[in-house]
This record gives sequence, structure tokens and C-alpha cells, in this order.
Amino acid sequence: MDTIVDATLKRTETQEEIQPRMIGVAFAGKRYSVPEGLTILKALEYAGYRLIRGVGCRGGFCGACATVYRTAGDYRLKIGLACQTMIEENMYLTQIPFYPAQKATYDIVELRPTGEVFIRFYPEILRCLQCNTCRKVCPQDLDVMRYIAAAQRGEVDRVADLSFDCLQCGLCASRCPAEIAHYHVAQLGRRLYGRYRQPLAMHLTQRLAEIGEGRFDEELSSLQRMSQQEFESLYSQRDIEPEEVVPAKKED
Amino acid sequence: MPYPECMQESLNRVETTRARRLKESMLRMSLAEKQQMLEGFHPDYRAESFRALSVGANKGDRVPHELADLLEARSRIDPAAFNLDRIDYDTDVLILGGGGAGTAAALTAQEHGVQVLLATKLRWGDSNTIMAQGGIQAADKENDSPARHYLDLVGGGGFVNVSELARALVTDAPGIIRWLEQLGVMFDKEPDGTMRTVHGGGTSRKRMHSCRDYTGMEIMRVLRDEARNQGVRVLEFSPAVELLLDDSGQCAGAVLYDLETEEFFVVHAHCTVIATGGMGRLHVQGFPTTNHYGATADGIVLAYRAGASLKFMDTVQYHPTGVAYPEQILGQLVTEKVRGLGAQLINVDGEQFVNELETRDLVSAAIICECTKRNRGVMTPTGMFGVWLDTPMIDIKRGAGTTARAIPAMVRQYKRYNIDITKEPILVYPTQHYQNGGIRINERCETGIPGLYVAGEASGGVHGRNRLMGNSLLDILVYGRRSGKNAALASSRVTLGSLSLKHVEEYHRELIATGNGSERVAPLILPDYTSAVSKIRRKGAVPVG
Repeated sequence: MDTIVDATLKRTETQEEIQPRMIGVAFAGKRYSVPEGLTILKALEYAGYRLIRGVGCRGGFCGACATVYRTAGDYRLKIGLACQTMIEENMYLTQIPFYPAQKATYDIVELRPTGEVFIRFYPEILRCLQCNTCRKVCPQDLDVMRYIAAAQRGEVDRVADLSFDCLQCGLCASRCPAEIAHYHVAQLGRRLYGRYRQPLAMHLTQRLAEIGEGRFDEELSSLQRMSQQEFESLYSQRDIEPEEVVPAKKED
Repeated sequence: MPYPECMQESLNRVETTRARRLKESMLRMSLAEKQQMLEGFHPDYRAESFRALSVGANKGDRVPHELADLLEARSRIDPAAFNLDRIDYDTDVLILGGGGAGTAAALTAQEHGVQVLLATKLRWGDSNTIMAQGGIQAADKENDSPARHYLDLVGGGGFVNVSELARALVTDAPGIIRWLEQLGVMFDKEPDGTMRTVHGGGTSRKRMHSCRDYTGMEIMRVLRDEARNQGVRVLEFSPAVELLLDDSGQCAGAVLYDLETEEFFVVHAHCTVIATGGMGRLHVQGFPTTNHYGATADGIVLAYRAGASLKFMDTVQYHPTGVAYPEQILGQLVTEKVRGLGAQLINVDGEQFVNELETRDLVSAAIICECTKRNRGVMTPTGMFGVWLDTPMIDIKRGAGTTARAIPAMVRQYKRYNIDITKEPILVYPTQHYQNGGIRINERCETGIPGLYVAGEASGGVHGRNRLMGNSLLDILVYGRRSGKNAALASSRVTLGSLSLKHVEEYHRELIATGNGSERVAPLILPDYTSAVSKIRRKGAVPVG
């Protein structure tokens, strides 16, 4: 268990004496007793697992620790990220650290954001049965089926927006009866949106031209040459762009 | 009621003072006040937490004990007995690390027409890049300039940044944003394409570009998708355990370890790029960390053994706002964008104590001061302390729905624990976040060892002694691209002699001569979070097989 805490802030004396309640869980069918309140990831480690797969960022961003589980007496299959989901009494689970899925290869420069692109690269999206299992299995609560429907209709903007928070954990692909790799479809949609549907930033074009002309070279060189004292003074006196919302005001 | 009874009274005070605080803002500290706060409360100033290195190029320089333990340690292989005759992979450019820096290096090297092999410890993309939420800096607005960016960067870094590295960072920045735009990264933009930018701690212009609060993930998944389209060769679950030199001291590749088959592989490469990231998982001074599972300083250990120098390894960045409650996600990141959007830091009495957009080192020190010396922290049921980050201010200031649109990952993170951050503040405390220093490089990413390049968090110098928000995603891409380009160009000119691990033999001799490292091996590769009981049960066992 990751019990590391800041050395300056030791737990209080009484806290050391509190024994956590132990609960029973099963990993891949084998039972362990672990303290309640842990995430699935920390419970696995408490039980002695030294994980290589099924663990990644430990913060809910990488999708490496997709986990499926049931609790005793309940027929329903549940899902969660191991680093974000708390253990429950009589939970039994397995991790799905990898699931095969086909990704199309394309040259983004050659593509156009037209409706047919999705079906050209991923014709299997037309096999969608609208069972909605992909949505139910998504640990990010994304409306996966809706963005697949948008992809069928060629709506690049909606695919991009609805899928934006996707971690690419692959649980959707693992449960789809139509064998769709939803997250790859979504990736294509977002790249089309970012490259073709959002206009380029014109202020960026302007700045690149100025840099190309060497407009800042002299100022940068003079900053590099400046004595520390001069530099500190310049830094301290630099004006800070105000927040448009709240005017700065003296503290109490 | 998500917050326990013992925290309710303070929570009520935060709500009572909110209307008044909306109209108030703390003055920023002078440089002298800042220095005093840092010396008093920043963990970098706890002398007992560091020791002088007894071996290697930085012998005598102080580094955190946790890192010294790995630098004063033996190799995972026996350099005299290891067989270098069988070469498993031959490539122009070998890239160690599959995060943002490594993937940018791979794409750029392939653009220059050379063959690339990218080896990564975990899955491709499992990295701190993917966890970076808040944004990426670039001076591309009319009221801004690369020179202003330079001023903020070096001022925030304590005036000691390596100036050539800092200059390259700010000058390349707009070009990096354009590269990402063209790859199809979905930046937060106005309908006409203008970037929606906000402040980060220590910025004098709003130059933080973002992709909601999944900025790093959006960049990582696009780079990885593109690298898959470009056919970049990748070895996953294959961390490097040693660099190879040739008989004239040029870097000539690396030894990889397959975590699953437990075999060692020899890679012969004309040029090698280290992009292995930082050391969050060493838990310097016992701090929790925001970092991913593999952040164990491997590249630092390898490069140091091969003779590279380190820079600023005595300074660690503690992110001011790590989760302090609930316990399950202790130490995980609360993006600085929350403060960029207007949430204030509030003590147990419901009052501000620091301007929330000061630099990270200062805000962390101020929070530690508030929770220790001033005793104005909020205690959690497990006896931890923290201060409030007043998230409901965001929607009040910027309109209902802003929080949900701008920081969906944060909303989701807390919703899992029944905390609605649009209605209630959250409790935070500093957490180990970033390795400010690293392997010394020049603006071409060269290390002094011919053929060895470094990019990203593994390198040191560009950020000085404190990195600003949004300069790390920028750093990995600027120097990822520079390292990929320079390694590709150099690889065609290199002639290598026979492979050698003599440098490791010499390092071992130096360890023995100084009475160090007989017990420890490094790199660490992965941390061990199994329980004490589990460790006892494993002790003395010989693994099966």
C-alpha cells in the first residue's frame, strides 16, 4: 500500500493505532483480505502484486488499468479504472490491460474532413447494433454509441466533441458485438476536427513570421547579456496582464 | 455530505468569506519576501534531506538521498560477463522513453529519413506527458513576445536558467504550437481560430494554451497516432538498464530488459536519445507524487554512469495543489489551471494567505508555512493537513458551466468521491511533481558524450531551479524535436567501434573504492508498493523459473 506521506506532516498519534477494517476481495478468482477504503490498484499492491501491466499513470489519465468486476450476488458486470475505483466487499475482478484493436493507417495531410472518411477507414461502424454496451462500459461515462452514430453520419465535429475525454483504455472495443474499435474512430475524428474544422490561429501565423524575420533576436540577446541585478529589476517591474474578471485589490 | 463533520466548520467559513474575497486579491511578494519564504519552508532548503555524491562527474554535489541511493549503486548486469557479441537490434537512432519527448524525437528523426527504434518501459504513452492537464506556453499573442516569455521563464527559475536553453525554448514555442495544430491537436479556440489563453503561476501574459484539462493527453494521443501512421518501430515493456559505449567513448546504443520475458537485449545505435522523464516515484523526502508509475530516474542513472554531468539535481518541484482529501487519491494532481481560472487558496479560517498565481515554489512554501508554522491548515480525518482551493469561485466569476467545460477531468475526479467542485472547495497540499534539474545538455541536446542526446524532464538547465506551468509540455516538444533532428543528422556521420561496458566496470571500481553501493542496484525501473507483510513473505525467496 502506498502509505507515503509528507515527512513534515506526520499522522497524529491516535491515527497510528486505528486498525483498518479488513474486507474480502478476489483477484482473478483468488481471495485476499485487504483494508477497506483502498482503490483497486492499491488493494492489488497490498495483496502483494508487483504490477507491470494494468498500471500506468495512477491518476486516471492513461487508461492502462481498465478493470472489470462483479460483486457477489449481483449478475451485473461493472467496470472501472483500478486507480480510481474503490474496492467493495466481495468484489471479484480482473484487469484488461490490453485488448486487440485495429487502427487504420492514414496520412492526415491527404485527408479531408468529409463524412465518408469514417466509413472508408472503419466500415465496421455500420455494423453497430445500437446495444449501447459501449456507453455502459466506458469508465469516463462518454456517450460512445452517440459518437459512433455521428461517425456513421459523417459528423466530424460531434465525434470530436463527444469523444474528447476518451482515455483509449479499450473497454468499449472489448465488449462490442459489432467488433468496432471505437476509440480509434474517435481519434480520427478529433484529428480531422483539430486540423481541418478549427481555423488556424492567425496571431500564431503573424508571430511565426516575426520570428522568421528575427524581430526578437536583439531583445533576447540583450536579456541574455544582462547582469543579474538588471534582470531582477526588470523582472520585478514587469507589468502583469490583469485578469479581465476581477480587478486586483489590496489584501485586508 | 461528502466532507466529514470535522471539516465542516472550516468549510462554512470558506463559504461565508467568498462574496468578500471575490473582490479581493493578495499582493504578490517582493523578491526578498519570496526568498525568505523559500528558505523557511521550501523542502529544497532542508539540508538534512540531501547528501554529497561520492562518485561520478558531479562528485561532491548535493542531491536528494533518494537519488544518491540510485547513483551510488551497481548495475543490474555484470559488465565483465555480459555478452555483447549478439546484437538484437541495429538502428540509426535509438530513443529511450515513449512519452511526449521520446515520441516527438521519433517523429522528427523519421522526418529526416533515418531509421528509429523507440524503447519504452511501460506502454507507449504511459508518461507524465499524458497526465499534464493545464496547458502549454507559447508567446503568440499580440501583447506578448518570446522575450517576455524569456523574462518570465528565467525570473521564475531563480535567474539561473541556462540562457541558451531558455532562449531556444521561447523561440521555438510558436512553431511547436503550429506543428501541433497541423497534426490535428484540438486546442481551446475561439470560433475564428484565436487561442483561448489564460495565466499560469508566474506568467505576465496569458499564454497558456490548453485542450480542456486533458492537454497532455490530447497531445500524447495525437503524437502516438501520428507515429503509428508513420510506422515508428516501438518496443514496449522494454526499459533500458545500461548505455553502451564504443571503445572510443561514443554512445553506441543500450541494453534493454524485457519486463515480461526477463531477457536482456542489445541495441546497436549510431545515436541514442534519453527521454526517460523524471524521478517522482522516488518520493523525495517522503512526499506523495503526481507522477506516473515509471518515473524512477532511470535515464539519469544510465547517463551518469556513462560519464554525463548533471545540473540542478538538488532542486525538486512540489506542485502546490496535490489532493489532500480524499485519502484514496492523495497526492494526485489538481491542475494549476484551476487557479488560472480564478480559484483562490484559503486557510482554515476562510482567508487568503498567498496570491494563487505566484510561482509554484513560492505557493508550495506558503502552503507548508500555513499548515506548519502558522497552524492554519485544515486537518483531515486521517490527520493530514491541507488548505482549501476555492473552486466554486470559477463559475461565479466566469459564468455557470465554465468549470464543466474547462476542467472536466477535475470535475470527474472528485465526482467519483461525491464532491461537486462547482459547489464545494477542495483540499490540497504540495506533492512531488517535477525534476527541475537533470542531465546537462546544450541547445542541440548534446551531453558531452558523443552520440548521446537528452530531451525533456530527464535534462536539466532550461527551467533553472523552478519550472513554470506550461513550460514542460513545451520543453518536451521543443527538445524532443531538437534531439530527434540532431541525432538523425549526426547518425549518418558516425562510425562506431566495438561495443563496450568498460564504463560500468570503471564505475563499479569507483563505488568500491569509496565504500559505496555494494548492496544497491539501479536503475530502479519500478517502485515497490506491496505491503510490509508481503515484503516479509517474499524475503529470501528465489523466484521460480
